[in-house]
Amino acid sequence: MFNNFFHKMASPKYFYSISGRLIPWLATGCVLLFLAGLYYGLYKAPPDYQQGDSYRIMFIHVPAAWMSMFIYVVMAAAGAIGLIWHIKLAEVMAISSAGVGASFTFLALVTGSIWGKPMWGTWWVWDARLTSELILLFLYLGVIALYNAIDDKRTAARAVAILALVGVVNIPIIHYSVEWWNTLHQGPTVTKFDKPSIHLSMLIPLLLMAFAFKFYYAFVVLMRARCEVLERERNTGWVRELAETK
Amino acid sequence: MNLNEFFHMGGYAFYVWTSYGLALIVLLANVILPLRQRKKLLGDIARAARRARRNTT
Repeated sequence: MFNNFFHKMASPKYFYSISGRLIPWLATGCVLLFLAGLYYGLYKAPPDYQQGDSYRIMFIHVPAAWMSMFIYVVMAAAGAIGLIWHIKLAEVMAISSAGVGASFTFLALVTGSIWGKPMWGTWWVWDARLTSELILLFLYLGVIALYNAIDDKRTAARAVAILALVGVVNIPIIHYSVEWWNTLHQGPTVTKFDKPSIHLSMLIPLLLMAFAFKFYYAFVVLMRARCEVLERERNTGWVRELAETK
Repeated sequence: MNLNEFFHMGGYAFYVWTSYGLALIVLLANVILPLRQRKKLLGDIARAARRARRNTT
């Protein structure tokens, strides 16, 4: 029964219909979380005693940086599942994650730069945290470019999975970079073992935005995956039928 | 806090609103692109299917 469940879930046709029903709910949840996060983050939370209002960039910057690493791990894991068990849907999820992950990495880098200018006095420094995050962006772009460079989608998915898995080594480097090396970037305030050194009035919007980004990723990756499924299954009966009834 | 103060962001308006604006653009683009891609794909597939039927009959 368990096996049956997974096979049914992994069938492209079933995935296409179930994801179509999930997307509106996930998108609604995302919008509600965003509204709450923005209200608490931009309006309710007090200015920081050192950084004034500039710290509000954190509510975009930190969740985007978390997502950039989270999505990378999801992408590599999905790639590995596709590689080992030859599950097409895992391949689809891996490649569909790359674009969203690259977007979040870009946002983390750019908002960090914009935050760095007034606080550090510079847009960019070649320190460990910033450089390893930039390498993450190149890894994402490499995955996308490699996938598009190979015509056969299944071969492309295998190549991409290997590249993604090799790149996983960068993830702990990003996370621990602020502890291993002296850097301009501040250390972790939330993801550490003792109590988070952030006031509740700032932690609440941060977590709301983080969940909003999670929901955002969930529904956007499904939207992309549905396109990928249509493309790959374009010669099957159910896709033709679907296209002609639209 | 009045509206002016809110938009002024304690003097950091440029930095804060540029960040939030960029985030909005990137997040919206990631929603709009797959929507348009899906529409185009379904159109292409339907056209190809019609062409294939015409050629066989």
